[in-house]
Amino acid sequence: MPLDPNLDPATHKFNVVGTRPVRPDGIDKVTGRAKFGADAVAPGMLIGKILRSPHAHAKIKSIDVSKAAKLPGVKAIVTRDDFKEREPSLRDVLWNVMARDKVFYDGHAVAAVAATSASVARKALKLIKVDYQVLPHVTDVDEAMKPGAPVLHDDMITGGVDPAPKKASNVAHRHEFGHGDVEAGFKQADVIVERSFKTEATHQGYIEPHACLANVGPDGQGELWVCTQGHYMIRNVSAALLGMDVNKLRVTPSEIGGGFGGKTTVFIEPVALALSRKANRPVKLVMTREEVFRATGPTAASSMDIKIGVKKDGRITAGLADIRFTGGPFVGSLVDMGAMSAFAAYDLENCKAVGHDVVSNRPKLAAYRAPSAPMVAFGVESVLDELAKKIGMDPIDLRLKNAAKEGTKSSYGPKYNRIGLIECLQAAKKHPNYTAPLGPNQGRGMAAGFWFNFGGQTAVSLNVHIDGTVALTVGTVDIGGSRASMCLIAAEELGVPYEQVRTVTADTSSLGYNDITEGSRTTFSTGMATIEAARDCIGKLCGRAAKIWGIPPEAVVWEKGYAKPAGANAGNFEPLSLADIAKQAATTGGPIAGHSEINAEGAGVSFAVHLCDAEVDKETGRTLIKRYCVIQDAGKAIHPSYVEGQYQGGAAQGIGWAINEGYIYGKDGRLQNAGFLDYRIPVCSDLPMIDTQIVEVANPGHPYGVRGVGETSIVPPLAAVANAISAAAGVRLTEIPMSPPVVLKAIESNGHKK
Amino acid sequence: MTMSRVHVSTTVNGDAVEYLCEADETLLDVLRDRLGLTGAKEGCGTGDCGACSVTVDGRLVCSCLVLGAEAEGRKIGTVEGIANGDKLHPLQRKFLEHAALQCGICTPGFLVAAKALLDHNPNPTETEIRFGLAGNLCRCTGYDKIVRAVQAAAAEMRKG
Amino acid sequence: MRYEAPTTVNAAVKLLAGKAGIARVLAGGTDLLVQMKTDRIEPDLLIDVKRIPGMRDIAPKGGGFRIGAAVSSAELGEHKALKKAWPGVVEAANLIGSHQIQGRATIVGNLCNASPAADSVPALVAAGAVAVVAGPKGKRNVPVEKVGTGPGKTSLKKGEMVEAILLPKRPPKSGDAYLRFIPRTEMDIAVVGVGVNLTLDAKGVCTAARVGLGAVAAQVLLVPEAAKALIGTKVDAAALDALAAACSAACRPIDDKRGTKEFRIKVAGVLARRAATIALQRAKGK
Repeated sequence: MPLDPNLDPATHKFNVVGTRPVRPDGIDKVTGRAKFGADAVAPGMLIGKILRSPHAHAKIKSIDVSKAAKLPGVKAIVTRDDFKEREPSLRDVLWNVMARDKVFYDGHAVAAVAATSASVARKALKLIKVDYQVLPHVTDVDEAMKPGAPVLHDDMITGGVDPAPKKASNVAHRHEFGHGDVEAGFKQADVIVERSFKTEATHQGYIEPHACLANVGPDGQGELWVCTQGHYMIRNVSAALLGMDVNKLRVTPSEIGGGFGGKTTVFIEPVALALSRKANRPVKLVMTREEVFRATGPTAASSMDIKIGVKKDGRITAGLADIRFTGGPFVGSLVDMGAMSAFAAYDLENCKAVGHDVVSNRPKLAAYRAPSAPMVAFGVESVLDELAKKIGMDPIDLRLKNAAKEGTKSSYGPKYNRIGLIECLQAAKKHPNYTAPLGPNQGRGMAAGFWFNFGGQTAVSLNVHIDGTVALTVGTVDIGGSRASMCLIAAEELGVPYEQVRTVTADTSSLGYNDITEGSRTTFSTGMATIEAARDCIGKLCGRAAKIWGIPPEAVVWEKGYAKPAGANAGNFEPLSLADIAKQAATTGGPIAGHSEINAEGAGVSFAVHLCDAEVDKETGRTLIKRYCVIQDAGKAIHPSYVEGQYQGGAAQGIGWAINEGYIYGKDGRLQNAGFLDYRIPVCSDLPMIDTQIVEVANPGHPYGVRGVGETSIVPPLAAVANAISAAAGVRLTEIPMSPPVVLKAIESNGHKK
Repeated sequence: MTMSRVHVSTTVNGDAVEYLCEADETLLDVLRDRLGLTGAKEGCGTGDCGACSVTVDGRLVCSCLVLGAEAEGRKIGTVEGIANGDKLHPLQRKFLEHAALQCGICTPGFLVAAKALLDHNPNPTETEIRFGLAGNLCRCTGYDKIVRAVQAAAAEMRKG
Repeated sequence: MRYEAPTTVNAAVKLLAGKAGIARVLAGGTDLLVQMKTDRIEPDLLIDVKRIPGMRDIAPKGGGFRIGAAVSSAELGEHKALKKAWPGVVEAANLIGSHQIQGRATIVGNLCNASPAADSVPALVAAGAVAVVAGPKGKRNVPVEKVGTGPGKTSLKKGEMVEAILLPKRPPKSGDAYLRFIPRTEMDIAVVGVGVNLTLDAKGVCTAARVGLGAVAAQVLLVPEAAKALIGTKVDAAALDALAAACSAACRPIDDKRGTKEFRIKVAGVLARRAATIALQRAKGK
């Protein structure tokens, strides 16, 4: 649905869109009333617990559950034998849910029990005997690619390579994107910088561990209460894995305590359903924090080589990236998205990005907010920073010189529509943070970032109640305040106050299919569907008014919440409100509703520019972030407070990723920091106020110009912080996290951290 | 190993409460599983995230690191007791007005901790607020709007 | 598992010394409950000492202070006289975890948990604190640096518990300070911890000093060589250099997920300098 032709984004005055009302689900969340994944209970409920591998790589020779089954209070036990491989496309998903004949990472699930209490369940797990044959393991991406590395799958032949290799390896696929001739491009360059970078895996770090309550009867009908970003996905995948008809499983999403992409797949849900079906009782399964770190979906770990050449005037002549990602034991580390996004911010004649998807003995990755882009931006934006310094150019000017704009052929193929990178860069240059004075040991860095954003399948239903209040039913889980935005959009379309609309998220049986809340798609897609449903409803309301007045429907218009005769010729009738029309619904044709079922297209890419001031204690390598600013193109901010919230949240996650977060593996391949003590996310005292500026360059693909905003804000921070540290301490860092020992070592070896 | 059960008489949000719990059950388990007060959340179980924050005799603690048995004779305060009937506490109102919550899972813990902070120090600086709330992890907001909400609530409460 | 809440030290000692099985004292529980949950320990008996009169008191004693074993770090931080006399000890105790942790954590628990990285212990060692140990054979006093013998190990015998910490009388012109290195600004386990306690004479010359180092060896270290670097000097730049060198030399650290050997050795020296500077200012009355 394209930008409204009547809507000039520069001048249009919205009624309620763009205001900052209190969100509709707010009071429940500040009183403790809101129900999250682990807050549900059911009569007769059992507690489920999962047994996990203590080895990074091992064959399962046998599993003996006999002793556990005899323990009083144990009502069901499941192993891989309880799951049949029904869908070839879900083979890896099932393997990750419960290991087949091999475990691939420390924490891989091998069996599960449901018992009358948590302590009985824990005891039962200890009584399950698993006979492992431990195998050599590999966790490092470069090590996993070397000949002689332990090979995880003896049938893995690298795809995307011609001719295909004859031997199995850990390289699942090779991807390549780009255009032009980089060799020729580098020959034209006056200055070239080439660097290698490494980033460790990080976790989304949502405060709510995965939790669900499954209730399946012997007739195969069931319900599932679960915290997830995609309850339709949970339903479809779980039903497939359990051999249930999709319409027999109703999934209700709880309030979700954070997801950021980490709750976009199944982990414990099929297990809880299988246990419940076997025990014929409800089963509650909640992950511990340790399980979340060991056995859900962190990011990939990466290693990359970036080479960029520029002319003295700052024009980039060529960009080359070789990117190696490992996202666990199965194909799909999202390195292709990394390769696609590497040079996406720039208008380049010659660019090439190659991505290698490598498997290793780590948990299977899940998305984390613009997955793949932060690591690659770290490399590219760091190299650009070095180049800017080498040619004596302001770093923002270097980006402006090469910025992608409308009509640019992107590095990943398509031509850009109207985009807002240049506007963000110009805003950054003008921002007070860019000229604020710096103190001793402080330095300033900037970085640009990009994310694709997505549309997707969306269904929405808008019902008018007898008192004229409106119920908007959506199928996308609210992870960032989208219910408030949907109320604003519906109210805007209908011409009624915000308070007259209430938005609820439906369960899977009550509304048509909706894709997962991911890809920054909710405000864009559900918003678009809401607009369509509201307009559909308005058409019906006008039709009812026409019936009431006895005039043709074309003679009725909708204006500011009222049906009105189109002109004096149509008749002299008092305007009818929603309540007026709804009261007569029974006699004019029945319930009044609007619908939309779409595959939302036209999502606009979102660019951001971040400014960071860092202070480095040169004697200890410790970094303090003193000032931080996010400038990002939102297209049109429906609820500015929640747009700012996305900017600030993504920035905070990126800052943590840059300086302190990262998976630490021991020599035994086991995760050493599976808790919030040693997996160090930013605490309140670690951060300054995070300044934000919302730039609005309307997306031509959306009626109001909306662009997704949730993800781009995590893309620039790694490089922005690295560039700030570089300015503060005079060292170029190429390893993430840039923890104090790493920074101190770089300072002491005076300059280049390889 | 068998557990011996402990009988506890205590006060929660001003109400007299009695329960039986296992010796190794935490106060968090008791609140959530026996008393139906699911406002306090288990984010980590090891005292590192503050989502389970409650007060015991006015003292801010992580309920995941207090045994249910230890509540005997004490006064427990949870998020469910912060509002005064249908009147929200200024902190609750300011959190809503300032959009200081996105997913909301950390919000109960923050409200309990922020209330304890302001009860002790009604005029905190930004630094004091940040260090005072360092035991509460938030992954959604980057803390900016939370700090602003606490500042706004403190200002309103100082006016009386 | 049993939970008991005795009301006298003797009753607590009797329970501790009782039949075979794992018995643990419960004061703040901020280490114990974590260890129980992560399956590192499965006690048969928990002895809650918070209901014993005197356990939660801070009282003047012998010119110094007697701190009961169940006094929380938060309560230490609210005690004006203690803060005035021993700001280093109090700030160390107030660095343990978050405000929530400090609402429960005790310095006695910190000491007896015997993590080499315990925050309050280097300051207690520097202060010359003494642990009052109660056991089946009666009471004995143990200098705190002799309590921890290795990670998770103490010199306490079966049936013994620490019932209080004694801090000595403070000579005039004395100051102490504790600094630790952590990557974030709060919540982390110390990568290095340094406690410095010193006394000056009327001319500003250091006449006595004690230096405690944490997280750089299997237990918290009392470093006499570091003290020697300060005694007889005005704690000038040269003395601070010698102090830093002595501290770095005393380190026997490991590489672990929180820091490397070389990082700890280097930063021990840096922090020692900084902590001594603060202690000096406090001794001068600033």
